[in-house]
Amino acid sequence: MSDGLQDLYQEVIFDHNRNPRHAGRLEGANRSAQGFNPLCGDKVTLYLHLDDAGVIRDIRFEGSGCAISVASTSLMTDALIGKTVQEAQALFARFHDMMMGADVDEENLGKLQALSGVKEFPSRIKCATLGWHALHAALKEGGQVSTE
Amino acid sequence: MNAKNSVPVARAFDVEAVRRDFPALHQQVHGHPLVYLDNAASAHKPRAVIDTITHYYSTDYSNVHRGLHYLSERCSQAYEDARGKVASFIHAKDAREIIFVRGTTEAINLVANTYGRKHVRAGDEILISALEHHSNIVPWQMLCEQTGGVLKVVPVSDAGELDLEAFEHLLSSRTRLVAVTHVSNALGTINPLRRIIDAAHAVGARVLIDGAQAVHHMPVDVQDLDCDFYAFSGHKMYGPTGIGVLYGKAALLEAMPPWQGGGEMIREVSFERSTYADIPFKFEAGTPHIVGAIGLGAAVDYISSFDRAAVARHEHELMTYATELLGSLPGLRIVGTVANKASIVSFVLDDAHPHDVGTILDRYGIAVRAGHHCTMPLMNRLCLGGTTRASFAMYNTRSEVERLVAGVGKVMEMFRR
Repeated sequence: MSDGLQDLYQEVIFDHNRNPRHAGRLEGANRSAQGFNPLCGDKVTLYLHLDDAGVIRDIRFEGSGCAISVASTSLMTDALIGKTVQEAQALFARFHDMMMGADVDEENLGKLQALSGVKEFPSRIKCATLGWHALHAALKEGGQVSTE
Repeated sequence: MNAKNSVPVARAFDVEAVRRDFPALHQQVHGHPLVYLDNAASAHKPRAVIDTITHYYSTDYSNVHRGLHYLSERCSQAYEDARGKVASFIHAKDAREIIFVRGTTEAINLVANTYGRKHVRAGDEILISALEHHSNIVPWQMLCEQTGGVLKVVPVSDAGELDLEAFEHLLSSRTRLVAVTHVSNALGTINPLRRIIDAAHAVGARVLIDGAQAVHHMPVDVQDLDCDFYAFSGHKMYGPTGIGVLYGKAALLEAMPPWQGGGEMIREVSFERSTYADIPFKFEAGTPHIVGAIGLGAAVDYISSFDRAAVARHEHELMTYATELLGSLPGLRIVGTVANKASIVSFVLDDAHPHDVGTILDRYGIAVRAGHHCTMPLMNRLCLGGTTRASFAMYNTRSEVERLVAGVGKVMEMFRR
């Protein structure tokens, strides 16, 4: 693989792209939001089930996108189940910081570290953050969010 | 003003000699020699254009049309000479029919805001095609919102061909304007303009052609086509960015109200009322992109210096070669398969999204476009999120096509593991 590509396209990315976790629509979701990347036209809809204590009990997503956006959203769903809204928001912030190239403790991000190579590809950061922006919107009040 | 013929003798077409004219082609990208196949987005510039721009900013530069001094006269002359060159390039009857604008987008907006607002009433129809770039959709939507006009869309086949029967059915005495592209920027389809224009004129509609993807690939004769408006951009035809052309028939332009008001476009101004300059100046408010226009003139000279049939043949061969090689890869589908195409090969892979293809090719030094190509309605019609698009210019080579195909092979390898 050419320079830098192996950092971007790690095996875990291919795995989650081929077999996205928590794909589909969530019946009984009480939060949802759509993320849209006008640059490429990619869309993702995220469904959450939050219990009364503010814990994410279940999560699903549907949409189409590139390997980076699908894998990022899929990895995100894995990381979120069982987290409180506050924990999810903190994770969003850490992930966002990593994308922006800020100095973050990547160990804290677990499997999401696989996406750290994206920061070297500025045109692909919006792909990696599409599902996360949808999460951010869903945790606030839902609706549609654009990466622009 | 008369259209001028600038370059009488054709230079033999030799792609290696052509490549030497384009400094930007000779660079390494991520450790590989650049293969630039994003020409439909914007093309590189030959030394002749770059030198012209440098010359005018370095020496004969001033504002145009109002200076009494030497530099202003020199610069005004060069600016108007450029207008003459463009007129001759597209066979306009008169250089006054050439309006300098920022690009195709501004040209279309100009027509929508002047001809459109004057002639389109509630219930009147504007006809566009499913192949259009957003810039030939949105200005008409905005016009319809303002006037109560109705936008109708000519459908396209799965192969990317306009349904001409449907077009002729959609035409009626309510049709005020037909706005279609000459060459599809996403698929490369060349539209049958003569038939479209004749049919539109038969019901009394005017026709605007988006020529952004056409003028540098094929000879355009606006008188022979009999189109009412023809719009194109400088930067896709080896000229500068920020400069483009609206051609309009003189009688139409004369009857149209101005769009932007300001200096240059007036005859006399008082606080009570102003009167407007004659065409083309009526539509060129403010200081124009002077050196851009002169640079566009240099691009016209450059293109015209070749046997254009030989250039078109070369570009067609590249497209055919790429179609053949890519089309033979299992898991790849060419999008846009009509017989009559120009310089564009769009494709999708079963296993990889266009954005992944674009990123990976870039790491091998190959520049392509990935996405919806500003044709979201067309992509929806074809049930695609986007495509990967390779678009060819006169300076591309067969070995670059082979590099592209090898790069796509690498993508497939990565995504198939």
